[in-house]
Amino acid sequence: MTGFEGATLAIDLLNITLLTILFVVAIAIARLRSLFAIVMLSGIYSLVSATWFVALDAVDVAFTEAAVGAGISTALFLGAMVLTSRTAKAEKGAARIVPLLVVIATGAILIYATIDLPGFGDPTSPANTGVGVEFIERTYPEIAIPNIVTAVLASYRGFDTLGEVGVVFAAGLAVSLLLGFGERSLGASVREEDRLNALKKDEEKS
Amino acid sequence: MKGDHHVILRVVAKALIPIIALYGFYVHFHGEYSPGGGFQAGVILAVCVILYSLIFGIAPTMRAITPGFARFIAGLGFIIYVGVGFWALAMGGNFLDYDALFREEPGGHLGQHTGIIVIEIGVLFAVAGSMVTIFYAFAGRVSEIRDEDW
Amino acid sequence: MLEFILERGNYWAIIGLMMIGLYIAFASTNLIKRLIGLGLFQTSIILFYISLSRIDGGTAPILFGKDYKKDKGHGDGDGYGDAGEHAGDAAEHGAHAADAAYGAAKAYGEAGMANVYSNPLPHVLMLTAIVVGVATLAVGLAIIVRIREAYGTVEADEIRAMDLEVAIAEAAADAEQRKAGAA
Repeated sequence: MTGFEGATLAIDLLNITLLTILFVVAIAIARLRSLFAIVMLSGIYSLVSATWFVALDAVDVAFTEAAVGAGISTALFLGAMVLTSRTAKAEKGAARIVPLLVVIATGAILIYATIDLPGFGDPTSPANTGVGVEFIERTYPEIAIPNIVTAVLASYRGFDTLGEVGVVFAAGLAVSLLLGFGERSLGASVREEDRLNALKKDEEKS
Repeated sequence: MKGDHHVILRVVAKALIPIIALYGFYVHFHGEYSPGGGFQAGVILAVCVILYSLIFGIAPTMRAITPGFARFIAGLGFIIYVGVGFWALAMGGNFLDYDALFREEPGGHLGQHTGIIVIEIGVLFAVAGSMVTIFYAFAGRVSEIRDEDW
Repeated sequence: MLEFILERGNYWAIIGLMMIGLYIAFASTNLIKRLIGLGLFQTSIILFYISLSRIDGGTAPILFGKDYKKDKGHGDGDGYGDAGEHAGDAAEHGAHAADAAYGAAKAYGEAGMANVYSNPLPHVLMLTAIVVGVATLAVGLAIIVRIREAYGTVEADEIRAMDLEVAIAEAAADAEQRKAGAA
């Protein structure tokens, strides 16, 4: 499967282009003050990173990121924005310098740590040997479905996924406990309206 | 909301929403052979409901899919998932051990396939129900912001 | 040297994105913008994991070609003669061999597959991380909405000032009460 020099060059160019777009979007988010623009740009950031996931062969992750990051998150942010505020206050003076220094220091430490990391796309790196190879080899004889990611997600790591589903369910529960379906929510008023309409209809009949 | 300000949006959405829902189910049931699965399909189905409520208003959406139904679906999905685990326990295997579901000979894959399909349905229900519940909680809240704040 | 930089340029770019997200989360006082900064940070971490899982010349981890064709005879039912037996063998004895080989870390070339696939494990972990991320994000946003209703603002410094005011007023009231009790 290897051996196309042109293909690797194209992938490199794709990587550089997508990372540049990500940088531009991230810096724009940092500098903007209109929350509507920020929320829309964060959706764009998710969509561009989903494109990059496809270039990195992670199609399932790309799918999820496109559906969740660019779809649901943006809708939730807009919903929360309507309920809170439209513009962010500009940060000023020390509130800008101190975080910048902290962030630069953290970034320098992390970049120092990457020197020991295996190179990009290295097939012999510790992360890419061992259990990952086991999953690829065993999925066909043990489970016999072609999508290894689904096999690992649903079968090998089924207990883990059960926990994730529990977290999602608990989050839904927590949000409805925080915001409620009580007297302040539309759910109650819709039900009330329906009840009144039904009463009216009954009266008309009688 | 006045007049047919959004007539193009409404017409397009009416044609598009069933297709999106169909695509969601395709992603779900094709998840073993191509990218996709319960998580993605659940989110896509929730997006269907959200799109409908953004265009036709939250009240008609809540009449079609009531908040209680969304919460019920979310809980049901989790119960289905746990149920598969207990099914495997009842058949003498470990929790969520799909090989034990039908007490197959080694090399049979029926248990694995059934287990994966059933738990993916559980994931689909739980994710779709939770996402719709979360969206309803935000959208159903009465806004306190005046229009001048925009 | 150039190769060293090219091999790690991806990581450095991702760390840069991560730091922009961290800066937004630190510097901005608006709570919603902070959550967006955290979201940027999270997406960058996912990018990092996925770029670690990539294999040069590999493809998406979905079995195809020879790796999956041998399954066809087994799936049909009538091919149980050899294909099914082979699969059973693989499940029984193959598992043994795989266990033995597990100790010695195997590289991708030795995986015994016709095609090269990228590492599926980080994909699974990140896939669930994204979904859990949006769930926790929703809880955070719900808390922000409640903060807005309680304080009338979502700017962290204004909220802190209000809290401080209330605390000072309470302390003053306490001191007065104690004085009254002593008298």
